[in-house]
Amino acid sequence: MTVLDNKVPDGPIESLWDDHKFSMKLVNPSNKRKFDIIIVGTGLAGASAAATLGELGYRVKVFTFHDSPRRAHSIAAQGGINAAKNYHGDGDSVFRLFYDTVKGGDYRSREANVYRLAQVSNNIIDQCVAQGVPFAREYGGLLDNRSFGGAQVSRTFYARGQTGQQLLLGAYQALARQVKAGTVEVVTNAEMLDVVVVDGRAAGIITRDLVTGEISRHSAHATVLGTGGYSNVFYLSTNAMTCNVTAAWRAHRKGAFFANPAYTQIHPTAIPSSDEFQSKLTLMSESLRNDGRIWVPNDPDETRAAADIPESDRDYYLERRYPSFGNLAPRDISSRAAKIVVDEGKGVGPLKNGVYLDFADAIGRLGRDAVADKYGNLFDMYERITGENPYDVPMRIYPAVHYTMGGLWVDYHLQTTIPGLFAIGEANFSDHGANRLGASALMQGLADGYFVLPHTVGDYLAPQLGQPKVDTSAPEFDAAEEGVRAQIDGFLHTKGTRSVDWFHRELGKIMWDYCGMERSKVGLEKALSEIPALRAEFESDVRVLGAADTLNSSLEKAGRVADFFELGELMCKDALVREESAGGHFRVEHQTDEGEALRDDDNFAHVTAWEWTGTPAEPNEHREALDFTNVKLSTRSYK
Amino acid sequence: MNLTLRVWRQAGPDAPGRFETYQATDISEHSSFLEMLDNVNEGLIEVGEEPIEFMHDCREGICGTCGIMINGQAHGPAQSTATCQLHMRSFSDGDELVLEPWRASGFPIIKDLVVDRAAFDRIIEEGGYITVDTASAPDANLIPIPKETADFAMDAAACIGCGACVAACPNGAAQLFTAAKIAHLNVLPQGQAERYQRTEGMVDVMEEYFGSCTNMGECEAACPKGISIDFIATMNKDYRKAKSQNRRSS
Ligand SMILES: Cc1cc2nc3c(=O)[nH]c(=O)nc-3n(C[C@H](O)[C@H](O)[C@H](O)COP(=O)(O)OP(=O)(O)OC[C@H]3O[C@@H](n4cnc5c(N)ncnc54)[C@H](O)[C@@H]3O)c2cc1C
Ligand code: SF4
Ligand code: FES
Repeated sequence: MTVLDNKVPDGPIESLWDDHKFSMKLVNPSNKRKFDIIIVGTGLAGASAAATLGELGYRVKVFTFHDSPRRAHSIAAQGGINAAKNYHGDGDSVFRLFYDTVKGGDYRSREANVYRLAQVSNNIIDQCVAQGVPFAREYGGLLDNRSFGGAQVSRTFYARGQTGQQLLLGAYQALARQVKAGTVEVVTNAEMLDVVVVDGRAAGIITRDLVTGEISRHSAHATVLGTGGYSNVFYLSTNAMTCNVTAAWRAHRKGAFFANPAYTQIHPTAIPSSDEFQSKLTLMSESLRNDGRIWVPNDPDETRAAADIPESDRDYYLERRYPSFGNLAPRDISSRAAKIVVDEGKGVGPLKNGVYLDFADAIGRLGRDAVADKYGNLFDMYERITGENPYDVPMRIYPAVHYTMGGLWVDYHLQTTIPGLFAIGEANFSDHGANRLGASALMQGLADGYFVLPHTVGDYLAPQLGQPKVDTSAPEFDAAEEGVRAQIDGFLHTKGTRSVDWFHRELGKIMWDYCGMERSKVGLEKALSEIPALRAEFESDVRVLGAADTLNSSLEKAGRVADFFELGELMCKDALVREESAGGHFRVEHQTDEGEALRDDDNFAHVTAWEWTGTPAEPNEHREALDFTNVKLSTRSYK
Repeated sequence: MNLTLRVWRQAGPDAPGRFETYQATDISEHSSFLEMLDNVNEGLIEVGEEPIEFMHDCREGICGTCGIMINGQAHGPAQSTATCQLHMRSFSDGDELVLEPWRASGFPIIKDLVVDRAAFDRIIEEGGYITVDTASAPDANLIPIPKETADFAMDAAACIGCGACVAACPNGAAQLFTAAKIAHLNVLPQGQAERYQRTEGMVDVMEEYFGSCTNMGECEAACPKGISIDFIATMNKDYRKAKSQNRRSS
């Protein structure tokens, strides 16, 4: 076990980033075009990074497996993006956003990164407005804000229920401008299947064209992964169907450490599943908790319709247990509270697998039109899926896997443990600790891409001036390409009996049962024996039809599910060694008398970063110590 | 419920296509249309037939990836609903459904129900943005923008780039998609500087790839986001102005 160096410079946190920007090496404008940079991913993180690096004059090549950069999963974010603008004079500040994020993350994040995030949050809003992002406005023409969980100020900027869409389109359009300018080349329908490492540095990637099946090699002076999160290891999640861990995982297999894989976020407000064919879960934005009240009937045998149940027979359990935050308690806390009442048999709906999110009071107070103006599209979406009209009957919601705080370990420069390989956005582990606050993933993705990476990549590249990039005929490229081809051939030749989806669903069940909202030693050990057994079955019995030289989505999925198996095992391992409860990681053995998460700061105030050893069951553990000098470690209380 | 599907199967861009008939059996009315197709595909894999390729990702009606012609209607029978948000309760037991890819010269078929919509990206690259370098922006509240203007921009910006408008149009025209982006940017104060260049550039590229608009209105009816056809009139007005202005300035 080694202790990792996070490369956080010394100095007061308020000026750390500005001072550091000044001390980092620069590449002068005319030399930038001598450097090639590969970016994988066109979500908020990848697209903003590519556009900015292109603007600066680097030669950028950006890859996405989607058919257009605009389809990245970021497009689906609904609720909003945080910034410390304090436009409403309600006491917000950079320090408060920093403080809330560290606290919300249950004191398991790196202070210096979070402070920087809070600082640049304001630049993000300026940048996006200048690009034409149509944020919601007040009648006076100034920007409107709403509140999100875990905060007592209004700092969330939003564009109806389509904030992610509008921010991504802004970044996509900035990218399109660079394509036109000739600084960025976008390669669509291209899935990265390996990272190539030469002499200990990232030298490039191997991709497969999803339409023609062609495998190709690309080299560059630096490689950046903005490839998103891995919630789909659970099969059912709120993520888009194609979200996967392959890029990050293959980098991990090439030497990039994977940090805190067990930290997953279960979002409290998704539509409960309706049957076993369910392919994904749909999120109902957290913003709904601004005005919706969450409750269940007191009586598990309640049969009356929601509207007929009198106040006295209802349990507004969040308002009761957490009076000061009420329905806006952070996600991890709200989710577990819902699980508790549903486990007690008080769930609502035909499968008794949900809780009510009720707008009757809000409609009474604000009027139906005002509610429709704020949430109309979410209400419509709900009705389309469930066939029920939330203006008349309360919504039914239940927690669902939503976001992964874990990811590739990166230092203050967002560089992984492979020099020259950077990770940004949800793909890295950096800023959210053990629990992410709402509206802060969009902020992080854009902070990384627009405002942090463009500086730190320069510092890495500057000393390499004059050095050519690695030739793609290098033996390391041969080996990587051969590995990719062998895996594809393997899938097509297994000719087993079960579909890729079948295995994915089975893996998802194990992960949800044993590594979901609650984890225990017994359960995790069970998962650690079941996963390898299922993986062995997958390897010998998967059925992938069709050919390699055409569009073949079963073949694509097979590679992704293979990686989910290895990741799932690492997640369980990580959850097992973290003998404490923190944020989204809840170990039943470690809770207070009131059932709240019980941290162990003496033994676990660190990041766990795992090194691949070639055997999924035996990863090497490394640590990064977390120092809290600006925020005092305390027990989170939202009561 | 049980349904009969007649599905367009085409092995590749240059291969001939044909309809194949499949049965979808025991489908829950709560499942989504794409879950019904997942189910059919599982059955196909079981009997050793290649699954039907179709486009999808978010399954929430926002990424714009999905799109199937269902009985001749782009995204199927429900109004303002993308294919992925259609639920089987919109259909009845015993229905026969014909599934085809988007058909338009601007969207070549890749395989089965999957088409290539890269031409949309080409249109955006020709001015579908506001020029502002990272870190050069003034404070976001410096220029107040009336709520009505912001709302109008948002109405236009809601387009998901799915291409249903093109698929529904008898001429395969892309006016609705292009006009929505132009309207979003042209109405905002930030978008004024490049207004006419943008309009001319985008429209000209659009015409390279897509058919001509004859005001049939099918696009608006098919659009899952309710993008208004009025944006097209605004685009045409700006285009005429652009032609004369850009000529003068060149
Ligand atoms: C339903 C939903 C709602 C949300 N709402 C909010 C919200 O309101 N506020 C908030 O702050 N956050 C929200 N989030 C979280 C947030 O949307 C994501 O964390 C964030 O958008 C991730 O951005 P990203 O750029 O890191 O990755 P993504 O947007 O996931 O992009 C990943 C990119 O990488 C590419 N890629 C991945 N692997 C490969 C590969 N192997 N080869 C080639 N390309 C690859 C993909 O094509 C894609 O372009 C929400 C999430 C969900 C699921
Ligand atoms: S205008 Fe409507 S139909 Fe056309 S691409 Fe946009 S969302 Fe799809
Ligand atoms: S799959 Fe994303 S819009 Fe339908």
